[in-house]
Amino acid sequence: MIYKRLEITEKASLILEQLKSKHGDLIFHQSGGCCDGTAPMLLEKDDFYIDDNDVLLGELLGVNYYMSTDQFNYWKHTFLTIDVVNGRGASFSLEIPLSVRFLIRSRLLTKEEEQVLNK
Amino acid sequence: MSYSKPIFKKKYDNFINGKFAPPVSGDYFENNSPIDNSLIAKYPRSQKEDVNNAVAAANAAKDAWGNTSATEKAALLNKVATIIEENLEEFALVETCDNGKPIRETLNADIPLAIDHWRYFAAVIRAEEGSATELDANTVSLNIKEPLGVIGQIIPWNFPLLMLSWKLPPALAAGNCVILKPAEQTPATATLLMEKIADVFPPGVLNIIHGFGPEAGKPLASHPNVDKVAFTGETTTGQLIMQYASKNLNPVTMELGGKSPNIFFNSVMDADDAFLDKAIEGAVLFAFNQGEVCTCPSRLLVQEDIYDAFMERVIARTKAIIQASPYESSTMLGAQASNDQYEKILSYIKIGKEEGAKVLTGGKACSLNGDLANGFYIEPTILEGHNKMRVFQEEIFGPVLAVCKFKDEAEALEIANDTAYGLGAGVWTRDAHQLYQIPRAIKAGRVWVNCYHAYPAHAPFGGYKKSGFGRENHLMMMNHYRQTKNMLISYDKNKLGFF
Repeated sequence: MIYKRLEITEKASLILEQLKSKHGDLIFHQSGGCCDGTAPMLLEKDDFYIDDNDVLLGELLGVNYYMSTDQFNYWKHTFLTIDVVNGRGASFSLEIPLSVRFLIRSRLLTKEEEQVLNK
Repeated sequence: MSYSKPIFKKKYDNFINGKFAPPVSGDYFENNSPIDNSLIAKYPRSQKEDVNNAVAAANAAKDAWGNTSATEKAALLNKVATIIEENLEEFALVETCDNGKPIRETLNADIPLAIDHWRYFAAVIRAEEGSATELDANTVSLNIKEPLGVIGQIIPWNFPLLMLSWKLPPALAAGNCVILKPAEQTPATATLLMEKIADVFPPGVLNIIHGFGPEAGKPLASHPNVDKVAFTGETTTGQLIMQYASKNLNPVTMELGGKSPNIFFNSVMDADDAFLDKAIEGAVLFAFNQGEVCTCPSRLLVQEDIYDAFMERVIARTKAIIQASPYESSTMLGAQASNDQYEKILSYIKIGKEEGAKVLTGGKACSLNGDLANGFYIEPTILEGHNKMRVFQEEIFGPVLAVCKFKDEAEALEIANDTAYGLGAGVWTRDAHQLYQIPRAIKAGRVWVNCYHAYPAHAPFGGYKKSGFGRENHLMMMNHYRQTKNMLISYDKNKLGFF
């Protein structure tokens, strides 16, 4: 059994595919902080500098999902579902012009998942 | 007193080079009110071309504006303040409609504070001076402050006119021309301001561009003819803007939010008096502005020996919050600014419960009747848990308080500083030693002592750690918008003797 840290809803997949065909290679970076923070930011792959201070949580439809290490330390016991809702987040995330916003829904990892993913 | 939704035009435009300009593409986006999700008006969906036009206008205006006397600049800043003041109720009502916050807050906090920030920076430039040092008998060093040139500013939606008024006055007072992009959720008061002050500044000095972050914000933040970017928002966009600035070797300032601790020591309950009443209110200030404040005191730390008695009163005061139409002057808690915020807050309450946090009050959406049923309302919520939970670590930006106990000063500090952020903090005590020592040990840019959520001009405001850098609301912000010209002057008639 392969355990994952994240998944994407069907509705969000459709938006993600649409944006991939428009913009090419993309990444998600989990934001923190003010206003539109604590939300996934979808960015062009070469636009955002990723280094050892970021953790790769997994990939969704070929799009890597990153989070900064210090944030990950507080998040690693939770499983993330990337969903999409109507909205108008103010940030540079690429779905915003479509009047939708990616959103994180979370649940706790199960004991089995914890053992494999956070050993 | 009861107000109603103000009247808007069908659509509005950007303000570039002293005139209202439609977006080059001809595209507009719909801006809705979070109070009832009804349409307010359409605003320009600007693209790179619009940003280029604004940047060109600002560059054309910068030399003349940069050489304008402090007397004249101050007079214009004061004029803006007077115009907002003369139209205070109109600004307050438009802000309430656009953002969802209660009218009592826009009338008494947002707009009056905005006015004062314009006046403050008008005063600053009349009173400040450069410096001169005689380095030796024949050598004088003169430091002259010069503007950077053209500034890009990107502001959030939680206090639209107030954030604009934190950003614009110091940049303009320092002699810069500005392109400001309001948040796409809240373009209304920036536009209203341009309608009222269209003739105040010379064309090109002040430009407003509306639109979405990836389409209008990014070209502004990365523009090679912009000399500095000031940003208030979240960490990922903050990093992106710093990357763009690195390409242009430009300075930036960042205000990126927090997860501010509000610490109550046992001495607050030594007497049941006015101070205790103030302290209880101080704990309940998490609900101010629907929790949509970067310094929201969203982590409540209470000393264990007063915990039960103190929390009983905090919960009672929270339950007494009136949540109703933001247009009613008795309303204390209004609508969240948008549907995505509303959904995010609810998802946080859910994971908080799953992590084992106990709901002491609230914990769900608030259903209001009539048109308000379409708006985005959340009950003020208190979650009891521990500091490793995500609801204690992430900025929820809603009326959600995470509360825990502490044993002593050491544990209070350990919990308070166990966060990636360092923007605000509150310390409440009657102990004279704690009043000084605890704030000094907290790693945050602003520590309120026996108060919270005050933002007067002349008290510098900014972050430690991942909350950013730069200090707004204070004359020190002027130096974030200027550079120093050093003139090194020799009064010696004799040569060096080298050649």
